[in-house]
Amino acid sequence: MSSDKSAEKYLNLKTKAKEKMESLNEKTVVMVGAATCGKAAGVIDTREALKDEIEKKGIDAQVVEVGCMGFCYAEPIVVISKPGFPSLCYGSVDEGLAVRLVEDYLVNDDPCFEYALVALEPNDYFPVFTDFPRGVYEKKIILEQCGFIDPEDIDHYLAEDGYEALAKTFEIQPEEVIESIKESKLRGRGGAGFPAGIKWDVCSKAQDDSKYVICNADEGDPGAFMDRSILESNPHQVIEGLIISAYAVGASKGYIYVRSEYPQAVRRVETALEQAREKGLLGDSILETDFSFDIEIFEGSGAFVCGEETALINSMEGIMGVPEHRPPFPASYGFRGKPTLINNVKTLSYVPHIIRKGVEWFKSIGTSDSPGTAVFALVGKVEYTGLVEVPMGTSLRNLIYDVGGGVPDEKDFKAVQIGGPSGGCLPESALDIPIDFDSLHEAGAIMGSGGLVVLNEDDCMVEIARYFLDFTQKESCGKCTFCRLGTKHMLDMLGEITRGEGELNHLDTLRELGEDIKKGSLCGLGKTAPNPVLTTLRYFKDEYEAHIKEKRCPALMCMHLLGFYIIPERCSKFCSACVGSCPTEAIYTRDDQLKAIDQEKCVKCNSCLFACPPEFYAVEKLSPAELVEEREREQG
Amino acid sequence: MLRRNIDVFEECKNKALLKFVIMLGELNCVKEMFLLELLEGEKEFILEQVSEILKNNRTERENLVPLLQKVQGVLGYLPEPAIEKIAKTIDIPAVDVFGLATFYNQLRLNPPGKYQIKVCMGTACHMIGGQIILESFERRLDIVEGETTPDRKYSLERVACVGCCAIAPVVVVNEFIEGSLTPTRVDGILLQFDGDDQEEEAGEQEQEQESEGGQDS
Repeated sequence: MSSDKSAEKYLNLKTKAKEKMESLNEKTVVMVGAATCGKAAGVIDTREALKDEIEKKGIDAQVVEVGCMGFCYAEPIVVISKPGFPSLCYGSVDEGLAVRLVEDYLVNDDPCFEYALVALEPNDYFPVFTDFPRGVYEKKIILEQCGFIDPEDIDHYLAEDGYEALAKTFEIQPEEVIESIKESKLRGRGGAGFPAGIKWDVCSKAQDDSKYVICNADEGDPGAFMDRSILESNPHQVIEGLIISAYAVGASKGYIYVRSEYPQAVRRVETALEQAREKGLLGDSILETDFSFDIEIFEGSGAFVCGEETALINSMEGIMGVPEHRPPFPASYGFRGKPTLINNVKTLSYVPHIIRKGVEWFKSIGTSDSPGTAVFALVGKVEYTGLVEVPMGTSLRNLIYDVGGGVPDEKDFKAVQIGGPSGGCLPESALDIPIDFDSLHEAGAIMGSGGLVVLNEDDCMVEIARYFLDFTQKESCGKCTFCRLGTKHMLDMLGEITRGEGELNHLDTLRELGEDIKKGSLCGLGKTAPNPVLTTLRYFKDEYEAHIKEKRCPALMCMHLLGFYIIPERCSKFCSACVGSCPTEAIYTRDDQLKAIDQEKCVKCNSCLFACPPEFYAVEKLSPAELVEEREREQG
Repeated sequence: MLRRNIDVFEECKNKALLKFVIMLGELNCVKEMFLLELLEGEKEFILEQVSEILKNNRTERENLVPLLQKVQGVLGYLPEPAIEKIAKTIDIPAVDVFGLATFYNQLRLNPPGKYQIKVCMGTACHMIGGQIILESFERRLDIVEGETTPDRKYSLERVACVGCCAIAPVVVVNEFIEGSLTPTRVDGILLQFDGDDQEEEAGEQEQEQESEGGQDS
């Protein structure tokens, strides 16, 4: 039996990997989080400092580069596992702290608890994840190993039961694989939430001599980086999922469509593919079965609309990434006219876990209609920005206040924007709705690919709607008239409103046009583009009206409706911090040595506001702009 | 009623005509989108490099995007002769290649500057004032986003999220990321590069002088 052989082959690989890991764990291991986000925060300098210091001190320790743990607010992150101590995670490690950690901890056994964030395993000295609110609400499935294994060494993944699901898959028939995915009710994590099992079923039933599977990693939402992080931190999980899907539908060739803006993700996936081939997990007769399959990387060139599956296929065929009419769905007529199965990175990442731990286990997490977890890139005005994974059904309030730590600087929460440019803004009153595909849709937002931006009182809702529409308008491929011209028209109107030139009837036109664009567009981009505008109109109409009627921006954000004013009573003769800070030399010294702003020259860049020392706090933002003149007149 | 219909018809006709005229204008604009003149001998260099790439890769329509990516990887951008050469080799109209080059954000028709400035316009950066930073650069360099200064020293572009939302607003200059920017820091960054260049030039001149001096003796 070939399945016996494959199981044996797999066990062999795993045992070897485990032996290697055990020998590694006998020594001190220093893991640095070196995904793109970590690198931006300066982890390279930290790593070099660690390496130099370890070498200088002559310690037997290994520095390993891992992926992203999801604590973006505390980058660069370092995890130190020293035998005899619990593994500890340190945040914001610069070169100085790196040197100190080596000296105090690695040489002298003082773990420097004051800099530690969290311990990775239960111990008597330091709290672990589950001791924090974040750890209580989080349930990590696909992010579990991210940041704790070396993405460039397949043995790390193998030792953590990696590819076990693949070996298990070969023991059952393809139909059974599809049946368990169907039964698990796994829904596509690309945004729309279409049941993955049905897609697989259609593709597997399509009769053709060759079929393709594609992993969609064309993550274009501004402010979302879950797919990048998964590919950079645990590429094998995705590869394993893709191989299983290929076995289920009977495909012989797979593609991973990654944005070329993610060079590190591309590099790490390439390395992972090579290592998988070396181990016989990819290529001809995988694990000595008669199933052959290989994966190639296709680098997308940065068009947001290519996340739509028909557009993605077009761009792979060398033409413009413009969506096509569906049906025929790609599952029956796709890449090169062959049946093609396209799944998102996160959807595929769940597959190995479902096969390995069983359907019942997966269904026990989340809600009955949307089982599993949701992964979000939590950004904006929230204390702990980063990647979070919570079970479906968790309320937005728990997510923002417990996992995210709430809004910083004692500001008031205003809204949460879910789903990027296709999603919507939800106000405080909607915070108690549970996170799942259907509830969010009802509230006017969408699950989307998982960008979650928290907005506070300083954020203008009209401006945020304009920003997202500006993005979708630029990315619209131009095929459907409603999307091409409608979004342009809406954007013009929003621009007028933020400049204080809007009219009240614009609001009705915006709403009508938004509904029409949703109906008249072919693909998801157009169908969801008006969402940010429609939801802000629904929940924050008063802000729109303030812009139109009073020419006032309540959040003091829209530049055209703002004026900067220096309060003479607070300004000091002896300080000229603001004068130097002004990029356009708009600030002058009055006859009485106090400062004032030339409104003609002012570009409203906030520089003076930040430059003014806190003991004076003399610069004030005023809206509407006429208020400045009024104040000046009052002063005489 | 009829009168009104005729009016509507006339209006539509005029609009259609206008649109056609605009379209023609746009076609002419295609050539104008290549903003910078090629330097002396640059065309030969471009053609040589492109032939090399075309020789080593599959020249099929399906492989067009990867080909363009490779050419851009070597040259830094897609100059007019390169686009024409590729179109000829694959045997498709140049406008198809041009269509791709303008459709995808990654592909560019103008050379990047020595210092490539990319201003992040992700959600977090935008909300905290990315636009202000972009405007500061535009004001200082006297170009708008997507352009390169005539001396090819600076190019300015906006990018969607670079994934460093915690230190917004962010700017990426070449591969170096700088966070928490202010308009005054923008001046600082540019000053720093100008200073670096001056030092470099001074160093070169010194070297030249030294070598000349060496020859004299």
